Amino acid sequence: MSEVYAPRGWGKVAETAGAWLLALIWIAPLAYAVWTAFHPSEFSTRFELFAPLTLDNFKRAWEAAPFARYFLNTFLLVTGVLACQLVLCTLAAFAFARYEFPGATVVFALVLAQLMIMPDVLIVENYKTMSRLGVLDSIPAIGLPYVASAFGIFLLRQTFKMVPKELDDAARVEGASPMQVLWRVYVPLGRPVYIAYGLVSVSYHWNNFLWPLIVTNSVESRPLTVGLQVFSSTDQGIDWAIICAATLMTSAPLLIGFLLFQRQFVQSFMRAGIK
Amino acid sequence: MLGPSLALLILFTHWPAVNTLIDSVYSTPRPRRPSRFVGPANFEQMMADPIFWQAMWNNLWFALGTIPTSIALALLMAVWVNDRIAGRTLVRMAYFTPTVLPMIAVANIWLFFYTPQYGLLAQILGAFGITGPNWLGSNETALFAVTVVAVWKEAGFFMIFYLAALQTISPSLAEAAALEGASRWTYFRRIQFPLLMPTTLFVLVNAVIGAFRTIDHIFVMTRGGPDNATALLLFYIYQVGFSFWDTGYAAALTVVLLALLGLLALIQYGVLERRVHYR
Repeated sequence: MSEVYAPRGWGKVAETAGAWLLALIWIAPLAYAVWTAFHPSEFSTRFELFAPLTLDNFKRAWEAAPFARYFLNTFLLVTGVLACQLVLCTLAAFAFARYEFPGATVVFALVLAQLMIMPDVLIVENYKTMSRLGVLDSIPAIGLPYVASAFGIFLLRQTFKMVPKELDDAARVEGASPMQVLWRVYVPLGRPVYIAYGLVSVSYHWNNFLWPLIVTNSVESRPLTVGLQVFSSTDQGIDWAIICAATLMTSAPLLIGFLLFQRQFVQSFMRAGIK
Repeated sequence: MLGPSLALLILFTHWPAVNTLIDSVYSTPRPRRPSRFVGPANFEQMMADPIFWQAMWNNLWFALGTIPTSIALALLMAVWVNDRIAGRTLVRMAYFTPTVLPMIAVANIWLFFYTPQYGLLAQILGAFGITGPNWLGSNETALFAVTVVAVWKEAGFFMIFYLAALQTISPSLAEAAALEGASRWTYFRRIQFPLLMPTTLFVLVNAVIGAFRTIDHIFVMTRGGPDNATALLLFYIYQVGFSFWDTGYAAALTVVLLALLGLLALIQYGVLERRVHYR
C-alpha cells in the first residue's frame, strides 16, 4: 500500500481499534470452544481465570465414538482424492493448453459447467449412480464425483498456457515425448499452483459434509465431519465440554496446519483466486 | 489425455443433470407402482406446495442477507489489514481462521451461543437485564441466526481475494491522486473500488453459489425448523429425496435449483462482465 493514504494520528488509532475489535469478534467462537474443551464441564458457562485445566473432555469424546476410524477415513479420502485430481487435472489441462482440436471451446465450456453445477447439487442422481455402481457406503463413493475437478483443470490450464512455447519446442527437438515434456517442463514450472490447489482441495474435502452424509452410513466409511454430526446429535444430556472437545479434534489437523503455515496458506489461496 | 476427466465429468455432472430433467416428468417408482410419465404433475405439485415456496423465500432472504454483508465486510477487512496497523498478521489470521474450520464443527459452537437461558448470548444479554429470544427456536429469528453464521464463515475467505487485488494496485496511482488533492474516500471510491471490480465479480459468483449450496450448518443448528423457517432449497431437496424418498419430486425441485444457478451464471457473465472494468 502506498504511503500517501496510510492513516495517521487519530485516524490510525481508530482504524487499528476497529480492526482489532472485529478480529476479537471473529475469533471469539473458536476461543470459546478452546476454553470449554480444556476445562471441566461446570466451567462451560462460568468463566473463571483460574479454573482447572483438563484433558478429560478429549479423552471422553475419543472413547465415546470411533474417532480414530473417522480420522483414518478422512485421511484416506483427502489423499486419495487429491492424488487422482492432480493426475487427471494435469492431463486435461495439458491437452487444453497445448493441443488444438475441433470443438475445444465447446468441450472446455462443458468442463467449466461444473464450476456452477457442483456434485453437491445433484445429490439425488449421484446417489442413484453410486447405487447402480454398487459402491454405496465406501470411501471411493465419497470422492469419485469430485475427482475430475473443473477448478483444477482451469487453474492448471492457465498456468500451462504461460509456459513459453520455445521451452516446449526445445524439449521436443531433443526427442522428448509429450509425456516427458509434461513431466519435465510443465509440472515443475507449475509447482506453486499445485501447492495452492492442493491446499484448497484438502481443506474442501476435509470439511465437506452433505455428500458424505448421504453416501455413507457405517463407521467403516464415515469421514470426520459426518462422524462429528452423528456424535453431537445422538448425545443425550448435552455436555458442551465434550462436544467442544470433539469439534476441536475434528478441526485440529487443518487448524494446526494453518497456524504453522499461515503465510503460505493465505498466499496460496490468493494465488488460487487470481484468474 | 482428456478421456478420464471427461468421462467422470459426464458421469457425475452432465448425465445426472440431464437425468434430473427426465426424472422430473416421471413419478417416483414405488415397490408396487413403477415410475411412469406424468408430464408436469411434479411441477404442479410444487406450485401448490407451501413448503417449497417457503424454502424459496427463505433462500432468497438468506442470499440477500449473506451476499452483500459478507462482501462488504470482506472489503473492509482487506482494506484494514492492507494498511500497516499494529498486529496486522494476527488480525489477518483471526479473520481467515473460520474459513479453514469445517462448517459442521463451527455450527456446534454457534449452537451453544444461541441456546436459550444458559447459552453465551443469553448470558451476555442477561447481564444487561435483557431476556433474549430463543434464537434458533422461534420463527422470527431462526433464519437471521443461521445467516449470521454463514457471514462469519465466509467473509474472511473473500477478504483474501480483495487483499490480493489491493496489493496489485500500483502505488503511483495513489501518489497521482494525492497530487490532485483527492481525499482518502475519493481515492477509494474513484480508483481502488473500480479497480477491484473484477475481484468483486469473482467473489460475487462464489457468494451466490455458496448461498444456494451451503446448508451444512442447517443440519446441526435447526434441521430446517422451526416450522420450516430455515428450510433452504437444497435442504428441502435433501429432505424430499432422502427422508421421504420422493425422487420424482426431488428431481423437479433440483430442476428449479439448476435453472436458478444457470440464470445467475448468465446474468453474472453476460450482463455484469460487460460493466466490469478490466485492466
